[in-house]
Amino acid sequence: MVRPIGFLVGLGFVGVLLWSLLWGAIAYVSEPPAPTAEHAFHKHPKHEVAFSFTGPFGKFDQGQLQRGFKVYKEVCAACHSLRLVSFRDLQNIGFTEGQVKTIASEWAIETPSINPETGEPATRKSIPADRFPSPFANEVAARAANAGALPPDLSLMTKARHDGTNYVYSLLTGYVDQKGYKNEKGEELLKAFPDAKTGEGLHFNPYFANLNLAMAPPLTGNDQVTFDDGTKSTVPQMAQDVAAFLTWTAEPKLENRHSVGLGVIIFLLFFTVLTWMAYQNIWRDKKGH
Amino acid sequence: MSFPWAEQYAPKHPLMRYLDEKLPLPRLVYNAVGAGYPVPRNLNYFWNFGVLAGAALAIQIITGIVLAMHYAANGAVAFDSVEHIMRDVNAGWLLRYAHANGASMFFIVVYLHIFRGLYYGSYKAPREMVWLLGLVIFLLMMATAFMGYVLPWGQMSFWGAKVITGLFGAIPLVGEPIQTWLLGGFAPDNAALNRFFSLHYLLPFVIAAVIVLHIWALHIPGSSNPTGVEVKGPQDTVPFHPYYTAKDGFGLGVFLLVFAALLFYAPNYLGHADNYIPANPLSTPAHIVPEWYFWPFYAILRAFTVDFILPAKLWGVLAMFAAILLLFFLPWLDKSSVRSANYRPLYRKFFWFGLVPCVLVLGYCGGAPAEEPYVMISQIAAAYYFAHFLIILPIVSKIERPLPLPNSITEAVLAGKDGATLSTNTASAQPAE
Repeated sequence: MVRPIGFLVGLGFVGVLLWSLLWGAIAYVSEPPAPTAEHAFHKHPKHEVAFSFTGPFGKFDQGQLQRGFKVYKEVCAACHSLRLVSFRDLQNIGFTEGQVKTIASEWAIETPSINPETGEPATRKSIPADRFPSPFANEVAARAANAGALPPDLSLMTKARHDGTNYVYSLLTGYVDQKGYKNEKGEELLKAFPDAKTGEGLHFNPYFANLNLAMAPPLTGNDQVTFDDGTKSTVPQMAQDVAAFLTWTAEPKLENRHSVGLGVIIFLLFFTVLTWMAYQNIWRDKKGH
Repeated sequence: MSFPWAEQYAPKHPLMRYLDEKLPLPRLVYNAVGAGYPVPRNLNYFWNFGVLAGAALAIQIITGIVLAMHYAANGAVAFDSVEHIMRDVNAGWLLRYAHANGASMFFIVVYLHIFRGLYYGSYKAPREMVWLLGLVIFLLMMATAFMGYVLPWGQMSFWGAKVITGLFGAIPLVGEPIQTWLLGGFAPDNAALNRFFSLHYLLPFVIAAVIVLHIWALHIPGSSNPTGVEVKGPQDTVPFHPYYTAKDGFGLGVFLLVFAALLFYAPNYLGHADNYIPANPLSTPAHIVPEWYFWPFYAILRAFTVDFILPAKLWGVLAMFAAILLLFFLPWLDKSSVRSANYRPLYRKFFWFGLVPCVLVLGYCGGAPAEEPYVMISQIAAAYYFAHFLIILPIVSKIERPLPLPNSITEAVLAGKDGATLSTNTASAQPAE
């Protein structure tokens, strides 16, 4: 009984699938799916920066992370929160305890608190144990200050986007004039898709998923941020430093992971060779073939 | 329940003799995975994956129990509690990446274990019960993995839960009440997260219990082997310990090396970036995709695009469940008395050139966006999948002329044709047809 019933069930599914295929093919031929502006003009992240932390032995460059932190502090932090990172974490990128205390207490936004006498909402200076306070009190305030757009939290940004580190770098350096913009095939965006013109209050950037984002180009010119270590402050330099910093905020244990992994793999190679030898030794008399 | 020549447990130490009288647990272990279990001598590396699946489950349970000590199953804090584990818990990043990638490793070895069973006919009599219990474990694993993926409460967690529980909504009349009942609300929220956490903690222990039954049922006929010829005498077998414990030890080493490479150097490779965005019921991700191990079934679900008597969505749901449930009937769909595909020239062709590429293509399409040409390709592949098991296999098992089988395992081993290698080349095996 199983096989006749199975045969009918099989015929049923195959029939409906081929029926679906037929209609799909007819639709595909009669109305080929129209390419969209996103499909034709969206660009994958650039891979032009060699970051120190890629590869199995990669480590963060602390000088770069500190520069990136300065870019975050002076540029990004005006709108973007970093709610999963604490001030104390900065000690892991080379700041001293005293420097961290100063950074926390001098942070432009204070930590929400209450008045210890009246219980009224208040703010206080941050301490190293605090997380970075958000620039806006809540989502409504954030949207109200940004023409309806919500600046996302940056703590995990490089893991929340595909190829995140390069994505952040590419986005920050990728703003171009939409007029006359061509893709690799030489097609001109506004000629191919006249409707795709960037709207009021938006900014064209081919690295952004739908090509237009609310954030105005945040890095605008040389020396916008003055680096303490004398590194020349150009837009690509600031962009790659802040991309590295945000890689650290998203994956602060990256160096531990790489070094523990190396030890584990060396141990396992040794273990596997030993078990291979034990296996060969035990089977010696049985492998007559 | 074992072969008469199996080695007998004979404790020498007085303490072990005492224990054997009062609670013969060492005897049980000796007979289950020790020298007391005679195993065919010609098993190839495809027979390593059962033990590896057990190891993967152990890793999941151990890492999972510790993670549960730090995780909070509440919609308001679940996402942040996972990040707390990643940032502030000692070795928390290691535990969490091991658990997330351990799930993938578990599915990799279980898929290879199932592949072994399909190629070498391990599902056939007298081992049908072993196969059926294995499929029960597979279903429980899928449920556990799905609920586990919801716990970090990222975007894919939320929308995955919404899509998968939405499948029950396709059932006519009672669908929506069932969906609401499963979720404890109209959309995934705290009630759903809490019950998923509870069940995610429970089901692995149910899996462990079914594994006991799976091994118990296996020990009645004994292990299958690459020739598919049953054991005829003591010369055909070796004791499980030390012969296969040694081989499994080596297999475990290779497994852990692959696992470590993934865990330490590409921990997010198999995940989806969107799950690092906190769950947001008001923002739908551009592409909702499950974890990779569900992709073939997800492709079957999405392959039904046209209403035909029933709504397309219901067809998809029925087909997705049928794709797994039909495997329960495999021992009775395939009537060929020859087990190993090495001796089944026709079946082997359909296996290598039909089923294997079909499942890989379905997997690829399931991970791709629901656009053409992926939908059309998955329609063809899904049609082949059902045709393979329900139409081709029963016919092949009737018309096929199998190659001559060796008289015994030992004969095959001594002739150097232990059938231990997978074969794709029909001509070289036996030109005598």
